[in-house]
Amino acid sequence: MEFTQFLNELWIARGALWQGLQLTIAVSVLAIVLGTVLGLFVGMVLVYAWRPFKLLVRLYVDFIRGTPVFVLVLASFYILSVIGIQLTAFQAGVLAITVFCSSHVGEMVRGALQAIHRGQTEAAMAIGLTFRQTFQYVLMPQALRQILPTWVNAATEMVKASTLLSVIGVAELLLSTQQVISRNFLSLEFYFFAGLIYFVLNFSIERFGRHLERRLAVY
Amino acid sequence: MADPLLVIENLHKKFDHLEVLRGVDLRMNGGDVVSIIGSSGSGKTTLLRCVNLLEDFHEGRIVVDGQEIGYAVKGGRRVRLPNSIVARHRALTGMAFQTFNLFPHLSALGNVTLGLIRVRGMKKDEAVAIAERWLDRVGLLERRNHYPGQLSGGQQQRVAIARAIAMNPKLMLFDEVTSALDPELVNEVLNVIKDLARDGMTMLIVTHEMKFAYEVSTRIIFMNEGRIGEEGPPSEVFNNPKTPRLAEFLKNSSF
Amino acid sequence: MDYRFNFDAVWRSFDLLLAGLGLGLGLAVISIFLGSLIGLVAAFAMISRNSLLRGIAVVYVTAIRNTPILVLIFFTFFALPQMGVRLGKVESFVVTLTIYAGAYLTEVFRGGLMALPRGLREAGLAIGMTEWRTNFWVIIPVMIRNVLPALSNNFISLFKDTSLAAAIAVPELTFYARQINVNSFRVIETWMVASLMYVAACYVIAAGLRRIERKLAIPR
Repeated sequence: MEFTQFLNELWIARGALWQGLQLTIAVSVLAIVLGTVLGLFVGMVLVYAWRPFKLLVRLYVDFIRGTPVFVLVLASFYILSVIGIQLTAFQAGVLAITVFCSSHVGEMVRGALQAIHRGQTEAAMAIGLTFRQTFQYVLMPQALRQILPTWVNAATEMVKASTLLSVIGVAELLLSTQQVISRNFLSLEFYFFAGLIYFVLNFSIERFGRHLERRLAVY
Repeated sequence: MADPLLVIENLHKKFDHLEVLRGVDLRMNGGDVVSIIGSSGSGKTTLLRCVNLLEDFHEGRIVVDGQEIGYAVKGGRRVRLPNSIVARHRALTGMAFQTFNLFPHLSALGNVTLGLIRVRGMKKDEAVAIAERWLDRVGLLERRNHYPGQLSGGQQQRVAIARAIAMNPKLMLFDEVTSALDPELVNEVLNVIKDLARDGMTMLIVTHEMKFAYEVSTRIIFMNEGRIGEEGPPSEVFNNPKTPRLAEFLKNSSF
Repeated sequence: MDYRFNFDAVWRSFDLLLAGLGLGLGLAVISIFLGSLIGLVAAFAMISRNSLLRGIAVVYVTAIRNTPILVLIFFTFFALPQMGVRLGKVESFVVTLTIYAGAYLTEVFRGGLMALPRGLREAGLAIGMTEWRTNFWVIIPVMIRNVLPALSNNFISLFKDTSLAAAIAVPELTFYARQINVNSFRVIETWMVASLMYVAACYVIAAGLRRIERKLAIPR
């Protein structure tokens, strides 16, 4: 009886939840893509840049990594409007998670680049490649392959972090779920349902990551 | 003649479908020092591990000091005894491993006292006194507060022997205790074992050190394809091999 | 941009922020402790030969690790009462964070157990200790020391996750920061101070934990 009631309510709420899921995916994909691009840059700076610049970026990374994502989201939401940057809650939230993502990807890239044996650079230079070419054809491909498992893991972290946008009023999956619950009071069922969808999302990403890892394995 | 200290009867052991032991019979009296030689894969290490019950075996029985260990017959069926009893049976024998297996988080002293306190139920100072006596015997009393990571391989193995023997086992088992050691560290360990032999300790030794086996043993056993291929006093076995298999093995071994 | 910094409102409520920081630390400490107990049990379940135990542990770890913690927090606080489990907000948060920590620590401990050499267990058995005693006196102490760095990282993550308690109005640092933000409109100052407090706390915790790691490390 109760289960059919839940199915009934689920049918009524399907539009709202579908909208929410789309927003969740949009936030996650945007943050992961933008954060990764920024993170690659951050990682390169941490390894190769001019010292003062390196220090500045190191400060950025440590500051972001020391701050809870939730605080980043709230700060981004409240602060930007005060200093005259008019962003929607969605944009402010994506910005916060992008920044969070970039600091993590940056650290991964730094670690991977530094873990590559010196002999690789020397061998590349020895056959006459410029530094740029060495980086592009020798170092970066190896680093990217190495960070892949951790990067996939980070991607699931971003999906999870997207729930924080519910607190600043972005109606992604969690907030839509809460709105649905406020109408039908089926909190157990709908929170469980939301949890299940997040699980399926993250589990698929994880599986996909393992699949990629196997395909790209060279060592 | 006194009752034998170790009796192994018709011991069989399989790993999946590979039969590693195919009916081994062995008898040792108190004070015997028996060395098992043979090529790798002949089952000698497995035999030793069965006596310490680190391996299950499918057929046969092992009796240590009059007590059948590991298994009992209940209602006409052979059953493995519960772990608490198996643990007590294991304490009848002491084992020294090829890879020492010292507890890395405990000092040399802590390694030796752990069993005395937790298994024998001794008070700490009593255990320390016994442990120090044995560490002294293996020449490492002044290293008693060192951790395994701070000791050489030879020193670690000597601590491991002290740890086993401090438990006052009826029978000591040595499983290729020098195989993992650098050549210059082998003798310090072998000397400890010879020293124990002079004291009348009953020992079953798996080794590749032929000269050592010759010197220390009262009897040599040659294992071949899961069975005892040949046995006898060292002079007999080493000088007059009766089977071509043993002759071949000895020819390829270095002394 | 013409903005004048004014930290007065933040300093006036600084004791609240500090109290919030303290509460967050306390929540993290309780959760890592209880979570470690769960993690230990689940890690042994994961490597056990009993496939039912293994299955339960795998489902627990996979489910928790793939679900956002905020969903778990809301589930425990808002949904469980529907099943008759009614907890205060602090208790509810501690339960959630503990279960969450347990799943991550299970993986840490499982990795630690798998990395131990087989001979360690055999050496314990060989001197006549039972399986339980060997686990208690040898396997667990060695494994825990080996995974200390991972434990430290997990603790710092958990501490940062306590900020989410603000979402169910547990009065920790983020909760107070939001309150000050709303009451005073000193937005930049508030969040600057709050995040600096988190960063500083993480830094101090990390340094402290590294000292403990060094002290407990197996000498070599």
